[in-house]
Amino acid sequence: MSQTTETVAIIGSGPAALSAALYAARADLQPVVYEGREAGGQLMLTTDVENYPGFPEGILGPQLISEMRKQAERFGARPISADVESVDFTQGSPFSLTVRGEEIAAQAVIISTGATARWLGLDNEQRLLGRGVSSCATCDGFFFRDKELVVVGGGDSAMEEATFLTKFASKVTVVHRRKELRASKIMQDRAFANDKIEFEWNAQVVDVLGEDSVEGVVLADTETDQQRTLRTDGLFVAIGHDPTTSLFSGQIELDEQGYILVDEPRTHTNVPGVFAAGDVVDTIYRQAVTAAGTGARAAIDAERWLEEQAVAAS
Amino acid sequence: MSQPVTVTDGDWDEEVLQSDVPVLVDFWAEWCGPCRQVHPVLEEIAAEKSGDLKVAKLNVDENPETARSYKVMSIPTLMVFQKGREQKRIVGARGKGQLLGELSDIA
Repeated sequence: MSQTTETVAIIGSGPAALSAALYAARADLQPVVYEGREAGGQLMLTTDVENYPGFPEGILGPQLISEMRKQAERFGARPISADVESVDFTQGSPFSLTVRGEEIAAQAVIISTGATARWLGLDNEQRLLGRGVSSCATCDGFFFRDKELVVVGGGDSAMEEATFLTKFASKVTVVHRRKELRASKIMQDRAFANDKIEFEWNAQVVDVLGEDSVEGVVLADTETDQQRTLRTDGLFVAIGHDPTTSLFSGQIELDEQGYILVDEPRTHTNVPGVFAAGDVVDTIYRQAVTAAGTGARAAIDAERWLEEQAVAAS
Repeated sequence: MSQPVTVTDGDWDEEVLQSDVPVLVDFWAEWCGPCRQVHPVLEEIAAEKSGDLKVAKLNVDENPETARSYKVMSIPTLMVFQKGREQKRIVGARGKGQLLGELSDIA
């Protein structure tokens, strides 16, 4: 039985993974990149990315990802559109990954699996998913021309979604559980200046109403607990993200919220030879550009670690 | 080797509802990032299930009538039609393994 051993396996497909792939490829490590089902990551759900340097007019999220992938491929990175089904880090390097039922060995692993959108966790939210409930404004805004919508959340992505949705909707109500937003100043200003956007402060969505499609939401006041119904045709959920790390539980050290713990400012996890970068470790910044930065760091860390192993073995 | 076929409001009846084999329809649009993630998966499934399952793609931007009549409000939405009736509706992108699992009772 012959099994090839990859030098560097990168798990993920967003800016962290693709920057790691670019750097590792330029170091001649011929990285394999397991992109998985959500290839491209969160940028695939955005429209104009205005805060990634080098694009003065902005760039579309999916296009930015596609350019990053091409750049990494030019130097020999190999993106593969398959999910990693399981990992075994317990025996040390080379590590074992299962992809499409096959076992793959890799001397070093870089984890950049990013984060996944969080849901409210209501039964009716899941029942009405795709029938008025959505987590992707750029995908689904189109279906709500001249309709009224609710966006839940107070961060940048909630403001971006609300602003984007006003292109289609007649009215967008932002429901936020506090009385001020967490979003950056520029995103707040844009939302406040938009005539079609209204705000419901100190409010939480506690139920979603409707038989075949969304007809309303039940709001609860976070101070008085009083409940009332708000009529709406759609509900867009933008309340943040959770790190995508269920694949690694029990294999590497995670914090209580599931983020991978690394030896800051380096990208080493507690398992020598396994590195992590991007939103999967980032509890603070979570930007495309910061993810790309840590991806580059992870590739450099992996390259040095592999060199040290080669020297030790010789 | 079969490939996904493009269907429209105009040939929906003939291509989907009157098909002899079950049809998996992908409701998609150019501007939908996650829709692009599904395309390679559907190409593989079309090739592997050739003869047992027809894979079709409907662009909701160009064919709003069909999307509206089936109340599609989110894309990607994948629907399975058998003998002219909607048998299954899957909302959101899926990986190949997961999608095949969800289709296992169809083809």
